[in-house]
Amino acid sequence: MKQLLTGNEAAAEAAIVAGCRYYYGYPITPQNELINYMSIRMPQVGGIFVQAESEIAAISMVHGSAAAGGRAMTSSSSPGISLKQEGISYLAGSELPCVIVNIQRGGPGLGDISASQADYFQAVKGGGHGDYHTIVLAPSSVQEMADLVYDAFDLADKYRIPVMILGDAQIGQLMEPVEFHKKPKRNIPPKNWALTGAEGRKRNIVKSFYPVKGQLEEFNACLQRKYKAIEEHEVRYEAVNTHKADIVLVAYGTSARICKEVVRKSRRLEFKVGLVRPITLWPFPKEIIRKISERVQCILTVEMSAGQMVEDVRLAVEGRCPVHFYGRTGGGVPTSSEVIKKIVEVVPDNRAVNTLLQLAGVK
Amino acid sequence: MHSIYERPKTFIDTATHFCPGCGHGIVLRLIAEIIDAWGIRGKTIGLAPVGCSVLAYNYLDIDMCEAAHGRPPAVATGIKRVHPDHIVFAYQGDGDLAAIGTAEIIHAANRGENITFIFVNNAIYGMTNGQMAPTTLLGQKTATTPSGRDAINYGNPIRVCELLSVLDGTSYLERVSLSSPENIRKTKKALEKGFKTQREKKGFSLIEILSPCPIYWRMDANEAMRYIDEEMSGTFPLGVVKDWESKN
Ligand SMILES: Cc1ncc(C[n+]2csc(CCOP(=O)(O)OP(=O)(O)O)c2C)c(N)n1
Ligand code: SF4
Ligand SMILES: [Mg+2]
Repeated sequence: MKQLLTGNEAAAEAAIVAGCRYYYGYPITPQNELINYMSIRMPQVGGIFVQAESEIAAISMVHGSAAAGGRAMTSSSSPGISLKQEGISYLAGSELPCVIVNIQRGGPGLGDISASQADYFQAVKGGGHGDYHTIVLAPSSVQEMADLVYDAFDLADKYRIPVMILGDAQIGQLMEPVEFHKKPKRNIPPKNWALTGAEGRKRNIVKSFYPVKGQLEEFNACLQRKYKAIEEHEVRYEAVNTHKADIVLVAYGTSARICKEVVRKSRRLEFKVGLVRPITLWPFPKEIIRKISERVQCILTVEMSAGQMVEDVRLAVEGRCPVHFYGRTGGGVPTSSEVIKKIVEVVPDNRAVNTLLQLAGVK
Repeated sequence: MHSIYERPKTFIDTATHFCPGCGHGIVLRLIAEIIDAWGIRGKTIGLAPVGCSVLAYNYLDIDMCEAAHGRPPAVATGIKRVHPDHIVFAYQGDGDLAAIGTAEIIHAANRGENITFIFVNNAIYGMTNGQMAPTTLLGQKTATTPSGRDAINYGNPIRVCELLSVLDGTSYLERVSLSSPENIRKTKKALEKGFKTQREKKGFSLIEILSPCPIYWRMDANEAMRYIDEEMSGTFPLGVVKDWESKN
């Protein structure tokens, strides 16, 4: 049955459907619908809801419940996610599964409460201290929010890794019809590392501290092998019209919704616009972007930031074609007209300039 | 032959990394003795802090978790919510609990978390080479109070038990010391009371233990014990601060 929910509420309900029974949060706009929803739903399903004293405490509570073998989640928005970085680094270093939702808002500092994609670097490059990654999933609709939150718990357990859902104020607060699919359980290894009391077995220790010289390097090598496996097996993206495209847009989340509109508008033209929408921001869909870069005139990355994901696009393209960027910051959301104008500006051989400009409402 | 004193089974047979005369080893041993006596090895989960006792999990043969500096109360909360019937304890130093982790301990206390906190007050940051702790005594010389702590520049020593006692969520608070065999026995009783508080689901318990750090107090072990009795116990009076079993 379809329900009309905000992205924030859908994330919360999907977590419950996925078996999450431990939620720890701290209020911050624009993710408040999520924590509010959890405060109602968790007691209904016999789960735990704690409004923590800070985001630091909330992620530390997640640390505890994850170590004890529970499916645990926290959510916040940009300034709160900055505070969680300490805990995320510890979770990564302790190889603990959990899900963290970041409904991004404008920054730096207190910024504003409107949609933004300015936490990309923080999300995909680790964010806290040390050599680590979290899996980063970027929904671009309420339904996809639900689906990805569900998958996030399985991925977290499968790889013993924190998984971040990177949304934004628009995805979080937008209302759309959504359905919750309980998928068949994946092959998830038993949590025999969890802290349950050492009844009749050797003790378990959950830690990230390796003071004996050489041990930390060895442990880091293990982490890197795990990250490599994730890069090989878990990349997800959506490709729209990329097959014969002259230019390909790369965008995720809210920006990708706008770029889809651009692709739709330009469908009748001789000049072909395609879109690659990364669904996993880490692991980044490098391979498809590399392949596409061999056959298009150029790539245009569209973000609600001053240019962050574009760096990963350039690393994937390795100079095979020009990579351009269009972005808005501080609550600015690119419009399809702005993107079309940018296309006209950057495409060297553009047989459809006039029509494109018409589409953009310029001519 | 009848053995009257032996290594607790839960206390792993290995050399500890503590300095000679340090109090941490005594406290960990007492915890191990209680776990043995109560037969709760399989139902106990401990939290090791960041501080000189960071390697507590190398000495206690139970399930244990690390926590970031100051966060044991929050991490313990997360564990206890998964295993409400287990004994969960957090072991913390004074920098960990009363400086960087002040918010976490106050709110765990305020929620009345049914967890036992073992608070080792040595009035110093041992791990990082002897800087001032929130519990450093007035006049005490440390690496960052080279001419002694003065209240104007550095504030006053924090009395954690008294601070927490005003919160309705706290059930049992007692300050003890390691300065003599008699005081060590009292410390063990206080720890047992803390575990009992938890087992009977009476809520938040914290045992503050005045503990020697001869190395950064720049004293020998005997002087350090005297310092606890003559100086520390003046600022931090020993005794029960709050007890759910007593009427008042
Ligand atoms: C976030 C963070 N800040 C600082 C440190 C460095 N550090 C490690 S232990 C410690 C103080 C420990 O003092 P205390 O809690 O009193 O424990 P003790 O060593 O005295 O037993 C500090 C500041 C750290 N590990 N993490
Ligand atoms: S520095 Fe002090 S607290 Fe740390 S191990 Fe040595 S004596 Fe103990
Ligand atoms: Mg100390």
